[in-house]
Amino acid sequence: MTSTERDVGNPPGEDWEAVQASPEFTELRRRLRVFVFPMTAFFLGWYLLYVLVADYAHDFMAIKLVGNINVGLVFGLLQFVSTFVITGLYVRYANRRLDPLAAGIRERLEGSGE
Amino acid sequence: MNGGTNLAQTAIEGINPGLNMAIFGAFVAITLIIVFRASRNTKTASDYYAAGRAFSGPQNGIAIAGDYLSAASFLGICGAIALNGYDGFLYSIGFLVAWLVALLLVAELLRNTGKFTMGDVLAFRMRQRPVRAAAAISTLAVSFFYLLAQMAGGGSLVNLLLGITGAAGQAAVIAAVGVVMILYVLIGGMKGTTWVQIIKAVLLISGAFAMTVWVLALYGFNLSDLLADAVAMEGGKGEALLAPGAQYGVSEITKLNFLSLGIALVLGTAGLPHVLMRFYTVPTAKEARRSVVWAIGLIGVFYLFTLVLGYGAGALVGAERITSAPGGVNSAAPLLALQLGGPVLLGFIAAVAFATILAVVAGLTITASASFAHDVYANVIKKGKVDDKNAEVRVARVTALVIGAVSIVGGILAREQNVAFLVALAFAVAASANLPTILYSLFWRRFNTAGALWSIYGGLAVTITLIVFSPAVSGAETSMIKGVDFSWFPLENPGLVSIPLSFLLGWLGTVLSKPGDRAKQAEMEVRSLTGVGAEKATAH
Repeated sequence: MTSTERDVGNPPGEDWEAVQASPEFTELRRRLRVFVFPMTAFFLGWYLLYVLVADYAHDFMAIKLVGNINVGLVFGLLQFVSTFVITGLYVRYANRRLDPLAAGIRERLEGSGE
Repeated sequence: MNGGTNLAQTAIEGINPGLNMAIFGAFVAITLIIVFRASRNTKTASDYYAAGRAFSGPQNGIAIAGDYLSAASFLGICGAIALNGYDGFLYSIGFLVAWLVALLLVAELLRNTGKFTMGDVLAFRMRQRPVRAAAAISTLAVSFFYLLAQMAGGGSLVNLLLGITGAAGQAAVIAAVGVVMILYVLIGGMKGTTWVQIIKAVLLISGAFAMTVWVLALYGFNLSDLLADAVAMEGGKGEALLAPGAQYGVSEITKLNFLSLGIALVLGTAGLPHVLMRFYTVPTAKEARRSVVWAIGLIGVFYLFTLVLGYGAGALVGAERITSAPGGVNSAAPLLALQLGGPVLLGFIAAVAFATILAVVAGLTITASASFAHDVYANVIKKGKVDDKNAEVRVARVTALVIGAVSIVGGILAREQNVAFLVALAFAVAASANLPTILYSLFWRRFNTAGALWSIYGGLAVTITLIVFSPAVSGAETSMIKGVDFSWFPLENPGLVSIPLSFLLGWLGTVLSKPGDRAKQAEMEVRSLTGVGAEKATAH
């Protein structure tokens, strides 16, 4: 692809379409998409809800809960919490459900090419 | 957020320009020594662009935080919270949530399919030359807008922190900052730049942490009491500080504007070329994932600090003193430092603010120069056949020099301009031109060259057109060009229109032309998900 760094570990003449159609790979792709697509839809929706409420429902956000801590502050801080939680969930999912499968396919391909 | 609208020119009492400069000078000296040491092994293109892929996930995550937490997000957000309360906080949430897009959809797959630039990923299964040219143009555009905003913001910082108000003096300081930045990039390449960002991130985050604890300690760690004091401070916006709307709730247009900004912030980050390039400095996709996790942790914690610091500045310094100080809204955090720890803490925060500009512009410059040398020179002009291995790196260094010179001149010219909209523009272009193209090429089998070109050029053209004909450029009191009005697009942030349109254009361009190369698509998908080949590339 480039002149300055050779494609190392590139199995020559690999039939990529066959690999792509293999059950292991389709399972890996399914596992990735079944997690990241709904999760992306969720956090974008959750964030959009926050932006819209902050934008159009000032009075709701100004309701005080404890002392001077109001709904807006709690809602905003919950965005931080959800971001941290989703990050943690994804890392756990990727380590357990994605990495072993990906490593298996990778080792098989790189082993066969050299 | 970084605009240089300074009406009052009275110097801040208690400011000690000599001390500020000495602390900043020490930072420059230490980082230059590190950059020199790091540069000893910089020989190949992989060394220069990707630091030999030798950084660990945590190191890269800290560097990402250093790259991302610009002066705008530190001084700008603190100031915005101090003056407008809750509305300033809204920015930081968009900036943080955006990292989930990078974590879930982009970072790892990108690491597995590219080498140095965004163009690598897009060109994987497309026709090389047109797609690389488009990727480079978009990269250069985003980098240029971002760079100009940073350099111009530097002008108002000079005024604020060094007490230099004369045009010549400010120009000299901007030029000096630019020269140091060029030195980092030319000598240290990506490795040196990364170390500068790591050091800066550590200083910035620990400084902000110390001030946050200090402010909270004054209120017995009771956030509610701190908020009460910020509300009670005379000359501020009172009760309105605690709820959204003080800045963006003025009219229906400002509300739509905020919605548009919010969308561009959350979708733009994962399309910023200097952020994307950072994922290539780690050896594996797993390290890329760890980088983002570290970055999310550090950036999230930092924005929580700015919440306390912003309200703290509002409560302890007060809106009146902030707005009348040179640097205006940007002076909230430095004034708070002065109030808490006297001239020494102010000097430290001032030096960190300068270091921030240095680190961010260095990251942008190396990204832009890599894109030009790798995509345009090596693959478009030389058609992928560069004979001399060092020629590409040489071109990258010359490009960095040119970009550095342009940004110095641009920074000096834009010094008194209101260029805060340039950061929003950079995010809007990244979200419109880059993100759809990256996502389509990673996830959509049928996507092809025509679709890539339509979404990049279409997104770029739509975004820039809407900005040019928006109130940010003409027709309003705060416009860049005053006295004329050729605006017809009501929003200063074009994302609401330009992002969906770019996704649509990418789809349309694809379905109206023949499907791309099946075998290449299969190869790219397998590589992106498994990391075949990519991980071994570090072995030599």
